[in-house]
Amino acid sequence: MGKKKLIAISNMTAPAVGQLDGRRREPRTRRKNPNRAQARMGYTFSAGYGILLVLFGLLPTLYAIFLAFTHEGAFVGLDNFVRVFNDYRFWPAVQHVAVYLVIWLTFQTIFVVLLALIVHAFRARWMSMSTRFVYYIPGALAGASSVMLWLFLLDPSVSPVSGILRALGMDSFVETVSIENLPVIFTIIAFWTGAGGWIVIMYGALNNISQEVMEAARVDGAGAVKTAWYIQLPLLRKWISYMGIMTLAAGTQLFVEPRILSQASKGVVPGDYSLNQLAYLYAFRQNDFNGSAAISLILLVVALGLAAFFVFRGGLFERD
Amino acid sequence: MASQQRRFTRFARTIAVAASATAIIALSACSSGGGGGGDGSDLGFTPAEQVKDSPITVWVDASREPAIEAFQAKYPDIDVNVETYDGNASGSGSFQTKIALFDQAGEGWPDVVFSTQNNDASWASKETNGVQAFAAPVNKGWFDQDFLDGFTPGSLDPLTVDGTVYGLRNDLAQSVFWYDQALFDQFGYEIPTTWEEYEQLSDKLAAEHPGYILGSVGDAFLGMLVYYWGAQAPVFQLDGDTFSSDVSAENSQKMTELLDHMVANGTLTKDSVFSSDFVQKYQGKALGMPGPVWFTGALFQNPDSLNVPAGQIGAGAPLHWEGEEIATGNVGGGTWFASSHTKNLDAVKTMMEFVTSSDEYQVELTGGYPAYADAAEKWIAKQANGGYFVGDFEQTVVDAASQVWSGWGYPSFSAETAYSKIVLPALAAGDTIESVAPEWQQEMENEAQVQGYTVAQ
Repeated sequence: MGKKKLIAISNMTAPAVGQLDGRRREPRTRRKNPNRAQARMGYTFSAGYGILLVLFGLLPTLYAIFLAFTHEGAFVGLDNFVRVFNDYRFWPAVQHVAVYLVIWLTFQTIFVVLLALIVHAFRARWMSMSTRFVYYIPGALAGASSVMLWLFLLDPSVSPVSGILRALGMDSFVETVSIENLPVIFTIIAFWTGAGGWIVIMYGALNNISQEVMEAARVDGAGAVKTAWYIQLPLLRKWISYMGIMTLAAGTQLFVEPRILSQASKGVVPGDYSLNQLAYLYAFRQNDFNGSAAISLILLVVALGLAAFFVFRGGLFERD
Repeated sequence: MASQQRRFTRFARTIAVAASATAIIALSACSSGGGGGGDGSDLGFTPAEQVKDSPITVWVDASREPAIEAFQAKYPDIDVNVETYDGNASGSGSFQTKIALFDQAGEGWPDVVFSTQNNDASWASKETNGVQAFAAPVNKGWFDQDFLDGFTPGSLDPLTVDGTVYGLRNDLAQSVFWYDQALFDQFGYEIPTTWEEYEQLSDKLAAEHPGYILGSVGDAFLGMLVYYWGAQAPVFQLDGDTFSSDVSAENSQKMTELLDHMVANGTLTKDSVFSSDFVQKYQGKALGMPGPVWFTGALFQNPDSLNVPAGQIGAGAPLHWEGEEIATGNVGGGTWFASSHTKNLDAVKTMMEFVTSSDEYQVELTGGYPAYADAAEKWIAKQANGGYFVGDFEQTVVDAASQVWSGWGYPSFSAETAYSKIVLPALAAGDTIESVAPEWQQEMENEAQVQGYTVAQ
């Protein structure tokens, strides 16, 4: 959530500057001023998003900040944070989310880039198109419904791939969803639902690399692997770091998958597996909205920090 | 530079506007939350301003919809909005979640709620952040004492906090020992009456008829609510605000050893009774199993489960330790809560009485053992009439209803979560319960602590 907001804020201010510049240069030809018309369009297009962002993004965030430092309306400093840090469920949840993020981020980055390069290398148009379409389908399903599908795949007694599960030593659903398997399971689910969209985006980015550069590489005798390594990958850097940020944003908020698995496994997957679940328990089981806000604020700060890393190391805002 | 400056001012202004808007929201939220408790009235709570003949909103799960339909048929003049929700099943917490939000908003509460969990009174009886407790006390002048006395003794215990009763029980789920008379006859075994006999029988069964079972430990409710509760093991107790769990007490330890022993000899399965594996492996192979009353419909008479033919299943008295009194566990049983915020107390009272005690619903339509004693007798007679059960089914089940061990606690967290988190994965991995018992106790104590209970050492 955190970084989405930051990026959106910078987007919102940008057209405003453009509009001011336009007004200064050509004050009289109002009707026909293309800059002004464009600016108005820009406003219209971004207004819907901007209004919703303020209502459901910015205001709740500010309300959470207010809640995190108060108790029953009175300022209490860091009390809420101390209480959360001392909760026996907090550090295991941090660890679960961290392990999952490391595995998912690595897996996602490597395979999305690899698959995009492969799809891009297809000569036949129909083949490239149909692969992209197939990759994208799972992403069209809503998160919760895809977890339901995985519930069947992961239960050896009904799974169509029960042979594989049993070969890996998982004879029952309880064994499949044991805590040490979960980061990998969540990675597979997340990759299955999310990777398709990113492959399509990467594919678009690859198309943007100018033909001349690619041809020059070919003339110099670079094969597919060398071209990918020295030309395509460096030029994809921005897109990869963008994907990193979005992946982090979604990953730190891990909630739906463990929650549904927890209900389906009747608690074998604990209800406090991830940080977001813990925040949920604080608010709705313990009636402690302040502690819940403190957890979400911690998540926001961590996610912002990680996003900043990607923004600066990935050169996301640099101009070509 | 100038544009930079302007951009910043603009940004700062946005933030300022947003911040003040938030402050207004926060303030209004605070002010609307005022005005709490106070037992000034003759009801034990402060009723909302009454609006005559105003509609009432009822939340039920899908299985309880017939109750409301029957109510509407009998009282067409009362305007009822029915909303179906998950019934708080499997401790989903949706009931508490939604009430927490209404408390925060200061409006929107339903008037009557059915919940499948019977520890909801622990939170619903408490004022939260200055808002009057959601559940209305029923024994402080609102309902007649005669009516309340009509419930099976002990059945309102889970809803009682410091002597005040915060709801009405829909059904009971006492455990008995279910047995398959046909198999017992075929093998020439005696039906066990104590845990000791049960364990001895398991060794005999394992040696002579491997593949047959005497129960399951694959569900947290079986482990906790049938075995440990039935063993009168003090693993989940509440005294005021003090929670205690002792897995090394004598009864706890005896039950742990019994379970580990029977898992090892193969007569207790690790499969959940609701899994397809269980049905495939044990149809026709369940010699007997301790379990709640609702096993009849859920397992034995269910074509998709064990599907035992008529004339085979009987109910034996709950298993107990030799030399101790008969005591049993309880697995669920729903509850009806009335909102203390309702604007139509009369309609709510009429409905609460109807859904818990009327023949139209509790005898004719319900699948569970009614908590209201009068209805329970008629209901059980109806079940026995079908000729499905053998032996003294009727009396055993009625007796068991008032034999539920009262030492078990009803704190605001479920007894099943710690067992699911620690014991079930250990069993699945081939470990014993004994090896994880300290960890399991620690988990329950931790849960109690974060819920605000004092943990007894």
